[in-house]
Amino acid sequence: MMNYAITADIPDSNDNIVRQMQDSMRSKTSDSSADIKMTAEGVSVFYGEEQALDDINIDIHSKQITALIGPSGCGKSTFLRCLNRMNDVIDGCRITGRIALDGEDIYAPSVDVVSLRSHVGMVFQKPNPFPKSIFENVAYGPKIHGLAKTQDEIEEIAIKSLKSAGLFDEVKDRLHAPATGLSGGQQQRLCIARAISINPGVLLMDEPCSALDPIATARIEDLMWELKENITIIIVTHSMQQASRVSQHTGFFHMGVMAEVGTTEQIFQNPVDPRTRDYITGRFG
Amino acid sequence: MLTTNKKRLRKRHRAETRFRAYGVLSLLVAVGILFTLIYSIVTHGYSAFYRTTLLLDIELDPERIAVSPPYSRSALMQGRYSSLVKRGLYALFPEVTDRRDRRELTALLSPGAELAVRDYLIDHPDSLGTTIVLEVPMSSDYDQLYKEHLPRSGENLRFSEQQLQWFDRLLQEGRIRYRFNTQFLFGADSRYPELAGIAGAVVGSFYALLVCFLLSFPLGIAAATYLEEFAPKTRLTRIIEANINNLAAVPSVIFGLLGLAIFLNVFGLPRSTPLVGGIVLSLMTLPTIIIATRASIRSVSPGIRQAGLAMGASPVQVVFHHVLPVALPGTLTGTIIGLAQALGETAPLLMIGMVAFIANVPATPLDASAALPVQIFLWAESAERGFVEKTSAAIMVIMMFLIMMNLLAVIIRSKTQSKVE
Repeated sequence: MMNYAITADIPDSNDNIVRQMQDSMRSKTSDSSADIKMTAEGVSVFYGEEQALDDINIDIHSKQITALIGPSGCGKSTFLRCLNRMNDVIDGCRITGRIALDGEDIYAPSVDVVSLRSHVGMVFQKPNPFPKSIFENVAYGPKIHGLAKTQDEIEEIAIKSLKSAGLFDEVKDRLHAPATGLSGGQQQRLCIARAISINPGVLLMDEPCSALDPIATARIEDLMWELKENITIIIVTHSMQQASRVSQHTGFFHMGVMAEVGTTEQIFQNPVDPRTRDYITGRFG
Repeated sequence: MLTTNKKRLRKRHRAETRFRAYGVLSLLVAVGILFTLIYSIVTHGYSAFYRTTLLLDIELDPERIAVSPPYSRSALMQGRYSSLVKRGLYALFPEVTDRRDRRELTALLSPGAELAVRDYLIDHPDSLGTTIVLEVPMSSDYDQLYKEHLPRSGENLRFSEQQLQWFDRLLQEGRIRYRFNTQFLFGADSRYPELAGIAGAVVGSFYALLVCFLLSFPLGIAAATYLEEFAPKTRLTRIIEANINNLAAVPSVIFGLLGLAIFLNVFGLPRSTPLVGGIVLSLMTLPTIIIATRASIRSVSPGIRQAGLAMGASPVQVVFHHVLPVALPGTLTGTIIGLAQALGETAPLLMIGMVAFIANVPATPLDASAALPVQIFLWAESAERGFVEKTSAAIMVIMMFLIMMNLLAVIIRSKTQSKVE
């Protein structure tokens, strides 16, 4: 318990700075809040007979960070995985409703999953770099999607991605060392670099910091702020502090339904739904 | 608090000590059995790597060989050398003139002696017409006598009094040499123990394993990958999976019968060849490789698959770029262990006729050939005393190959483990 209290202080120490940044960003982006990148309408998900999500409706604002919060097993990760059709690979998973990216239904029969995923990248809970070199991790996406023709172009993209993920300075001397030799936080930033190497418009992050220590977490949160300039980010998180620190919009999931969705300010300071209020104030979850 | 239950504590300690003692005991028994096995094989077999030879002065008389110029290789091959060898031997015993005695005398030499002269002449055609000093192999009985594997007295004696005297005289004159037997390592099988070699069986086994590997490795990986990564989990695939697992437990002789019925009788493939042997062995190796490959594919972290898919790689790309490279060491280990099993397999090869006596080293997998385990089987049931040591020596050779293969598997495993960590 002691340990937890001590380490939890560290990210909170930059809380003020982050908050200031957040406020300034919010005032800047409030004009473009009408700009919708993704929409979900009446999305329900079934695993076999069991219903995991029921009638989810949410608009994802372009170039902003949307946090999805809620207690364990509430379906927030399931919903996130619907957004790049990662649920397709699960046997017996069925999805109804409509999810659109830039107004286009991503579940339409004509949509190719491969090209969808090149537009909607994903970072997972546990850092999962390929067991190859650091360079190969960030070069893989551009290679398979044909984004670069020459080795030089690939190298350029790889270095740019590593720089964007704030990792380049730490690994520039060992680009060809195995990625599995990096620390957990570095691995996760490598995964982010890998995801942004193919210029996705949307980045899904499934509890990206839950396996990391507070310092590494703070670095990832800073990174999200920088990435938000160009990319729409949707993050699933267990940590309400994290949601309040990084996001402009928050959706609260509860037992497979979207209990409440709104700006982060409104959800945290003035929740309408009693379940949200109970969760925010720590009465359960 | 801490001192109560002393009785129970003692009891527990005693049980622990007892259990350890049982463990050490069983380990000792296992090691003892293994050591006895290896000791018995090595002590019986090491002498097969040596051979007794007789030093003879041989006059290479072209007339006696019945060759005329030009002395081409094929002409020399067809020459007659037996009288040269005999003359060389008779010259050592000028007092032996009687025809029957001389026949007893030539029993000291192996039929391989004249071949040794021929091979020397083919290698040194210039020496034709001169007298050379050459070591020629002695016959198996005298080889065994020298190695003290046959008695000098008693019942069923294989030597006459006269022959023993001749042998002792040659020994005293220093004409009997004890040499490393290269023919055992590089020659093919023979009816005569002193001339029999293991190379035919080694090459036959090598070809059979090569065919087995070329068939079962790609098939095994393809089947395992499909079952593990792509096949829908239906009742049919479950039945197939269960049957593959059962296939690994089928007695090998049944695969031999299958090979006989299908590959030889239906497809008409050549009998006794490493090609058919390899195909039959691959039937046995296939389930082993499939099971090992599936296990190593399953142990690849699902995170890597998800990462690949999320990067927009197609399922096939995920498998070939990410899953199989990680699973490969496990697959290779399984393959080597499967091949090692196949190397020791005898019954299916007996069924497809690889048990025939073949006196040549096979040049291709389509030539009739022996295989190592079958060679052991053949020599073990031969009547001559000289084949006893050959049997043990052949076992030493096959064990050496098995140890090498298993060592390779261990090296691959440990190398890749350290790379992952």
